[in-house]
Amino acid sequence: MSGHESTYKPETGFTKWLDSRLPIIRLAHDSFVDFPTPKNLNYWYTFGGILSVCLAIQIITGVVLAMHYTADINQAFGSVERIMRDVPFGWLIRNIHMVGASMFFLAVYVHMFRGLYYGSYKAPREVLWLLGCVIYLLMMATAFLGYMLPWGQMSLHGANVIINLFGAIPLVGESIQSWLMGGPSVGNQTLQRFFSLHYLLPFMIAGVVILHIWALHVPGNNNPTGVEVQDVKKDTVPFHPYYTVKDGFAIVVFLIIFAVFVFYAPNVLGHADNYVEANPLVTPAHIVPEWYLLPFYAILRAITFNIGPMDAKLLGVIAMFGSIAVLFLLPWLDTSKVKSMRYRPVAKQFFMVFVVVCLLLGWCGASNPDNAIISMGEDKLVVNYTDAAGLEGTRVFEEYTPAAQFRDEQQTSGGVASIAIEKAPAFTFKILSQILTAYYFAFFLIILPFLGLRERPKGEPDSIHQSILGHDAPAAAPAE
Amino acid sequence: MSASNETAPDHVDEERRDFIHIAAIAATAGGAGLVAYPFIDQMNAAGDTKAASSLEVDISKIPLGGEIRVLIGGKPFFLRHRTPEEIAAAVNTDASKMPDPETDEERLMPLPDGTFNPAILVTSGACTHLGCVPVGPAQGSVGDYGGWYCPCHGSHYDTSGRIRKGPAPKNLPVPDYEWVTPALVKISL
Repeated sequence: MSGHESTYKPETGFTKWLDSRLPIIRLAHDSFVDFPTPKNLNYWYTFGGILSVCLAIQIITGVVLAMHYTADINQAFGSVERIMRDVPFGWLIRNIHMVGASMFFLAVYVHMFRGLYYGSYKAPREVLWLLGCVIYLLMMATAFLGYMLPWGQMSLHGANVIINLFGAIPLVGESIQSWLMGGPSVGNQTLQRFFSLHYLLPFMIAGVVILHIWALHVPGNNNPTGVEVQDVKKDTVPFHPYYTVKDGFAIVVFLIIFAVFVFYAPNVLGHADNYVEANPLVTPAHIVPEWYLLPFYAILRAITFNIGPMDAKLLGVIAMFGSIAVLFLLPWLDTSKVKSMRYRPVAKQFFMVFVVVCLLLGWCGASNPDNAIISMGEDKLVVNYTDAAGLEGTRVFEEYTPAAQFRDEQQTSGGVASIAIEKAPAFTFKILSQILTAYYFAFFLIILPFLGLRERPKGEPDSIHQSILGHDAPAAAPAE
Repeated sequence: MSASNETAPDHVDEERRDFIHIAAIAATAGGAGLVAYPFIDQMNAAGDTKAASSLEVDISKIPLGGEIRVLIGGKPFFLRHRTPEEIAAAVNTDASKMPDPETDEERLMPLPDGTFNPAILVTSGACTHLGCVPVGPAQGSVGDYGGWYCPCHGSHYDTSGRIRKGPAPKNLPVPDYEWVTPALVKISL
């Protein structure tokens, strides 16, 4: 915390010598040992620590995998299979890396929803939040680049779809697209640059993480009450041992869940299609991104209409990128003076709905947009026919057998007939994802800006210390 | 330090605390070791690399007085078809005076019937000094003793692959090989 005086006292000759030249032990001491931390942080606040562990795991396993991987379209798939079969413990290290990507996103989403709920993006932590958004963007880019490397069917066609998004940009879209691919299609040159960037970006993430922690340590942690620290003595405890132990415990629990996936279900979060080597001539029947990008994919596909000169493709891309861009604006969109939604009874409800909306968007992203969620009526069979006399007509059937019988009768008597399915009107995933997309944007652009002006906050405590007394001992002795 | 002391307990059970510390540190150290093992082991030779570490060579194609060179797992090996004069030179020299004393027969592997075929000499192709590949009959130089000559630092090997002059400390090692048939040797790393 800024203004917090350093309590580090070098004791040996060497540490004194070092401290006057490079006070690195002092920095570590003041940042992670004697850093005053609000004493009311709950387990939602352990995800920052969990995320640093995730990043370290991904970098270490990734460096190892790069020792065995070959970035060449003729050898990439085989080299990954070699890692799985021949490299000692290659299967384990690749499974950790693969599951690690999912666990990383799981943790980052909890971390982001935490920040959203407790208002951690508000003054004086706007820059902290923005840096977090940058990390999130870099994570998505890294995950996308990494998904291409095994050169399976999903790798190739997923990359193709994402790069095609850039083609929607007016005027320069196609040029950008072929610049990204380094040619007319996703090919060897694309794989090589993706590998290079996939190796680079995690180190950029690590760099921004350092800035993120720096920006955290200037104002200090937010906390579940959203009330700033007023009295360091009463409101805070030192980071070590209180939060090293609490974070450590959370990390252990998280790693147990992680290990369950690695050892029992390493492929459950992926797609079987990616174990088929890439074939540029055949796109898999059902192409979807990894689960952590599904909500954005749903937003992309929700826009199926043109507005003025802008076609649906461009609007979809704008909506998708806008759904991330809006996060960067959040500190200035939320007008409420109260940080924590614990004391914002109305905002809290809208927030809960928002969480559900995000999950449902994920469900929509995984589903075929034309599939029915609620069907209104039955699908019907329509036989279109031209009879022997040359007269055209249609007849509608409920069951297949009579429909087929009628078609065969027409055909044997010299006519032409065919059966088609007429879908019953239904509430489809497309409609649901349009409603959810509307709520997603409304939450940030309408609800948070206006609610902050109208809502009456309730029960905000005067201090962190007081909020804890209120919890445990309602009849506590008068303070001091 | 900055922690409030208002609720500090009047008694701290130090033994209980020590136990928790030791248990936590032991579990962490054990876990770290178990994690470290696969990350170190992954750099060892992979299954397919190990599988490619032997080779069967047909010796009937080697011209008399010549040699063929093969790579097994990227390492060079020499198979030399020695002339009767070369065999005689190798057998009739007193090995006990050499830097690395070994008789010619000690450097051969028996055929399935227990006899030796002194015409075929199988050795490693890496100089025992610093790993250069010595030149032989096909490269136009066989050194002062009719075997091989290492151009890097001037080691001379005789017709049995034994070091006779120069900085190399040891004879060219004889690899682990066996006679599958009288015309086929299988060399393993």
